[in-house]
Amino acid sequence: MEGLRACVHCGICLPQCPTYRVLGEEMDSPRGRIYLMRAAADGRIALTPTLARHLDLCLGCRGCETACPSGVPFGSLLEATRGQIERRGIRSPESDQGTLSLLLALFPYPDRMAALLPALRLYQGSGLQALVRGLGLLAPFRRLRTMEALLPRVPGVGSARLEELTPARGGKPRGRAGLLVGCVQRFFYPDVNAQTARLLAAAGYEVVAPREQGCCGALHLHSGRLDDFRAMAKQLVASFRGDVDVIVANAAGCGSALKEYGHWLQDPEAEAFSQKVKDISEVLVDADLPLGELPVTVTYQDACHLAHGQKVRAEPRALLRRIPGLKLVELAESDLCCGSAGVYNLVEPGMAAELGRRTAERIRETGASIVAAGNPGCIMQMDRACRALGLNVEIVHPVSLLARALREAP
Amino acid sequence: MSVEAGLIRALTGIVGRAGVVATLEGRLTYECDMHTFYKGIPDVVVLPESAEQAAAVVRLCRGAHVPIVPRGSGTGLIGGAMAPQGGVMVSMTRMNRILEVDIANRCATVEPGLINLWLSNATRERGYFFAPDPSSQMVSSIGGNVSTNAGGPHCLKYGITVNHILGLQMVTGAGEVVWVGGKAQDRPGYDLTGVMVGAEGTFGLVTAVMVRLLHLPEDVKTLLASFSTIEDASETVSAIIADGIVPAALEMLDEVMIRAIEEGIHAGYPKGASAVLLIELDGPRAEIEAQAVRIEKICRDHLALELRVAQNDAERALLWKGRKEAAGVIGRITPSWLLQDAVVPRSKLPQVMREMLAISARHRLVFANVFHAGDGNLHPIICYDDRVPGELDRAKQANEELLHACLQLGGSVTGEHGVGLDKAKNLPYQFADADLNFMARLRRVFDPDGIMNPGKLLPDHPACGEGFRPVAPTLPGGTWV
Ligand code: SF4
Ligand code: SF4
Repeated sequence: MEGLRACVHCGICLPQCPTYRVLGEEMDSPRGRIYLMRAAADGRIALTPTLARHLDLCLGCRGCETACPSGVPFGSLLEATRGQIERRGIRSPESDQGTLSLLLALFPYPDRMAALLPALRLYQGSGLQALVRGLGLLAPFRRLRTMEALLPRVPGVGSARLEELTPARGGKPRGRAGLLVGCVQRFFYPDVNAQTARLLAAAGYEVVAPREQGCCGALHLHSGRLDDFRAMAKQLVASFRGDVDVIVANAAGCGSALKEYGHWLQDPEAEAFSQKVKDISEVLVDADLPLGELPVTVTYQDACHLAHGQKVRAEPRALLRRIPGLKLVELAESDLCCGSAGVYNLVEPGMAAELGRRTAERIRETGASIVAAGNPGCIMQMDRACRALGLNVEIVHPVSLLARALREAP
Repeated sequence: MSVEAGLIRALTGIVGRAGVVATLEGRLTYECDMHTFYKGIPDVVVLPESAEQAAAVVRLCRGAHVPIVPRGSGTGLIGGAMAPQGGVMVSMTRMNRILEVDIANRCATVEPGLINLWLSNATRERGYFFAPDPSSQMVSSIGGNVSTNAGGPHCLKYGITVNHILGLQMVTGAGEVVWVGGKAQDRPGYDLTGVMVGAEGTFGLVTAVMVRLLHLPEDVKTLLASFSTIEDASETVSAIIADGIVPAALEMLDEVMIRAIEEGIHAGYPKGASAVLLIELDGPRAEIEAQAVRIEKICRDHLALELRVAQNDAERALLWKGRKEAAGVIGRITPSWLLQDAVVPRSKLPQVMREMLAISARHRLVFANVFHAGDGNLHPIICYDDRVPGELDRAKQANEELLHACLQLGGSVTGEHGVGLDKAKNLPYQFADADLNFMARLRRVFDPDGIMNPGKLLPDHPACGEGFRPVAPTLPGGTWV
């Protein structure tokens, strides 16, 4: 593992690591985690449940990768080591593997998610949710309580529908864009997908959202279930085989994984696929969009898999600044993970809640009434964290603000 | 002096379960600082959250005759924050609050674990900053800076850490909690603050630090001059100093270092030049404009290839990011390295640089240079590959020769990194027996039982009664350290 050797133990990454910021412990810092992975690779220590625990507590946010001057590829080292741990069945009793497995068996499967939705809709619509929350009925069930608290408003049956094909409108034609609809996004935030397609169309793209597309496998990749991940990745590549000029993701976690298909699959088709992937903000940043007034004060939280995973920071901000009347205020330490990190907030609720609290405190300092973030998980997490703090802010995808401001040419 | 289960229970009683690291995996990550060559695993690590807890830990360890090793952010370069004799490591990372900012008296009181840069970040809006700026300032702790009496690029003008410490609180090795110094300018009696800064944890645990804050300068100007030879650059440095100008910072980087920085950080340094000087002026606008004109002339007189001025704050910040993260980019150019910290009188800079080129040629090794030229504080990074048989030995030999060359020119074995485990053995080159004995006796005043950071700072010496022993390598052959 050459990547492990690149670490010179300088510690520059420490202040950028959310778990180190909370705990102040070396073994829960990037430098310490690398040290442990390296000690294991060198045969100095075994892959033990305790070691696994320190890796489980890592958010995989890759803040350390951005900070590292030596170019240590932390994300892929972590995923590879998690792969080893997974293959050998090493488990820490302190980690919530049950929830993790449950979620990994649920999110990626559209049919399973679809089966769950009506029940959730009923739960929220019947007033049962208000009752449960009001009486604290789930308090004794940690796992359920965490999931319940994160639940966004499940969209009604009549929410915006995304057609398989959206024709380009206005502007000069820019080509065909394939749209990744995502697992969480398509069920909990379908409006964001519809808005994405609308914006792309307004920017001159013909948009295809292949019906047969499945899960991108990002959650599996980040938990080290590499075999499952590769299978999903291959399927997804196949479903976008048609001729598209760009493949657009609007969920940072998915986009980041898509861009790494080439690395993990090691085949030319996957490589070519990865080359075409762009976050929605990268595609729209220099597009002609007729935008009207939107007089609001907004702050922006960098989704980790955008800022650190894809190095996309300037584009979403530039886009938001293009909306007339919109005032963008910077959020302090906006690139420190909010605690969402895929399914992390469900399997590590304690650490996630603390990171959420800190993020919400920083949001409060900005005085903004809207927080934009380019990933559905972050939106859910910050929504809960702000609610817990009694902070009345709206958390949205930047695409939703753009869509609100969009004045389509007739 | 090994740590018993009973002691760990007692420590848990003081700092709580969440404040104790006793697993092998956890402890292993504390076995070295940035000088990864020296390894020593502590038997247990504790993370106190208050001076009271820290004091209780020291008293407990003193009673049990167990060594204590203090640690801040673990970014030291001297093998200071590692445990050659095991024992209890006390990590200060959770004591990182700013206790008071007193603008009227231009000072602040902070806990030792506070990250250096965070203090300036917290006071900049009010127009003040904390001047000592070791290159690691984005991560190193103020307690660690105090313990090593750290320097940094801007110490050329502003002075090193000790010049900015007004007072401190320490739990001595005897378990007493003492405050020395304070806000009042003139204090009667001994200057104990001066004695305690730079003690590297051999006196006790620093638990609070009162620092001086300075007003931000009116203006800053950052110049970049490139040269086709290291000699030209060195002569330029001597000429600037001889002209009576004290720049805020005057740094030299050589070609190898620039290549690594540009690869890792893209900071905008000119590629291809053999040496670059990073010169920063700060102060009243009119004054620095005049100084800049003089410096430009000196550079041209010494055959500068190119002269550039940073156009805005972003450009300046990027140049400094490149300079300050230089230690971190080394991993891009070499698998292993040794880092020197020797000092020569600055008038001898051209001479020592010539000597360095000769040594690197003689041992067929690449040296990367990035250093505080204005202070004559060298930081040659001797690159080697431990997988090539014999290279480590050649690197060590080159290191020794360079050190002796510096001493012969009237220099010192260490400038700003401290002594630690790494350089303790070199102190006899620079100090007489009587000097070392005196230091050892002073140490005993603070730490009567010799439990504080044993093996560091002072060499093994009959009069010290110290068991200095280099750690036996516990790694399998071929392991990179
Ligand atoms: S990925 Fe994030 S949580 Fe994990 S070590 Fe890096 S910075 Fe820390
Ligand atoms: S910044 Fe990079 S090289 Fe430095 S400790 Fe962190 S991972 Fe290692």
